[in-house]
Amino acid sequence: MITKRIIPCLDVRNGRVVKGVNFQGISDVNSPVELGRYYSDNGADELVFYDITASYEERALFTDILREVASTIFIPLTVGGGINTIDDFDRVLKCGADKVSVNSGAIRNPDLIYEAAQKYGDQCVVLSVDVKRVDGEFRVFAKGGREDTGMDAIEWIKRGEANGAGEIVVNSIDTDGVKQGFDIELLRLVNDAVNVPVIASGGAGNIQHFIDLFEAIPDIDAGLAASIFHFGEVAIPDLKAELKKNGILVRTV
Amino acid sequence: MIAIIDYGVGNIFSLYSSLKFIGADAVLTSDPEVIAKSDKIILPGVGAFGDAAAKLRETGLADVVKQEVAKGKTLLGICLGMQLLFDKSFEYGEHEGLGLIKGAVRSMEPVVPANYKVPHIGWNELHFPKDREVSPLFKYIKENDFVYFVHTFYGTDCEASTIATTEYGAELTAAVADGNVYGCQFHPEKSGEVGMKILRAFCEL
Repeated sequence: MITKRIIPCLDVRNGRVVKGVNFQGISDVNSPVELGRYYSDNGADELVFYDITASYEERALFTDILREVASTIFIPLTVGGGINTIDDFDRVLKCGADKVSVNSGAIRNPDLIYEAAQKYGDQCVVLSVDVKRVDGEFRVFAKGGREDTGMDAIEWIKRGEANGAGEIVVNSIDTDGVKQGFDIELLRLVNDAVNVPVIASGGAGNIQHFIDLFEAIPDIDAGLAASIFHFGEVAIPDLKAELKKNGILVRTV
Repeated sequence: MIAIIDYGVGNIFSLYSSLKFIGADAVLTSDPEVIAKSDKIILPGVGAFGDAAAKLRETGLADVVKQEVAKGKTLLGICLGMQLLFDKSFEYGEHEGLGLIKGAVRSMEPVVPANYKVPHIGWNELHFPKDREVSPLFKYIKENDFVYFVHTFYGTDCEASTIATTEYGAELTAAVADGNVYGCQFHPEKSGEVGMKILRAFCEL
């Protein structure tokens, strides 16, 4: 049977892995190549390599770093940040990405998902959505969580799926960096609304939070986190052993 | 030398990198002369069957691959590259494949339970058919080892050539072999250490 996936996210700026709290107060952590290799060797099921400032400062990804990551890591690699055009898809796919994650680029140009899915297949297009509660609604935020688009998150995600997004990454801004657990309420809404894999992001602070996620929403596909892995607070082999102990199917290496 | 057929589809950088990583001599090529000089051939592929099959035919690479296989060269198709080995596919219409593996490629949607998400994306276990010897492709791995899948369509009517299956609410073909022709529905180049062991075994075939 298919397993639940554990995905470390490498937020990268200037070729270094960084992690902020609520997208603010960024601190330099480690090398993406070193961390990527470490995770791959220690049971990560996939890696997300994300240029967190690209959409804000309109910077392109450092493709040489990406190429280096992709030539030393043999698990699925998703790349995001600054993906605004089909040319951006092409650029990162040629550097070894398996999937490309779109966020602000799809908000600016909603046809991007459809065009990319037609050209590279649905499996290649990941819709990443930053969501925050505003006046009792789940709103889509753009530009790394800095700008309220006013759009309803569930409607936006359903539209993305209809246009060909093959997976959805849901980042809850409300729970991100707070380490009090995943945003179960939001994730359940999203998981019920779509038929493609849903990846939970934002809020994991310990192993129990992953157990809570997969017990609360048994058919959610994956849990994603950054700082708890990068700072060594949670080791992936320990996490997987605990998940297994709780009857949650995972790949152990 | 292993020739990875480059016909403009999919992420072949990872495949090339993974072969380099295990110490194999690999080239990305669409040159029939290079393919003729190679010891083994890998046919990769991601995307739609119809487009890929048309591209292989238009470029003449379909004939080149078939000729080399007929000469006894070992071939491995990966993901869509495996599906292309089949007689035909019913992905958006009916399309002719290379006819190197007997069977047809069909959507998994009618056979997997309604609550299962399609495409089948993620790490799943390999099962080896009980009634035959384990394929030499899997000599370095174990039953129930995990590999990475991303697909909606799968090989059917290919029981005789099936060397591995996986379970996703239904039994799905995970790998096939017929003589010197091999195919993996999963991505060995994305399956971590298990995948590297499968590629190493392929290099030694």
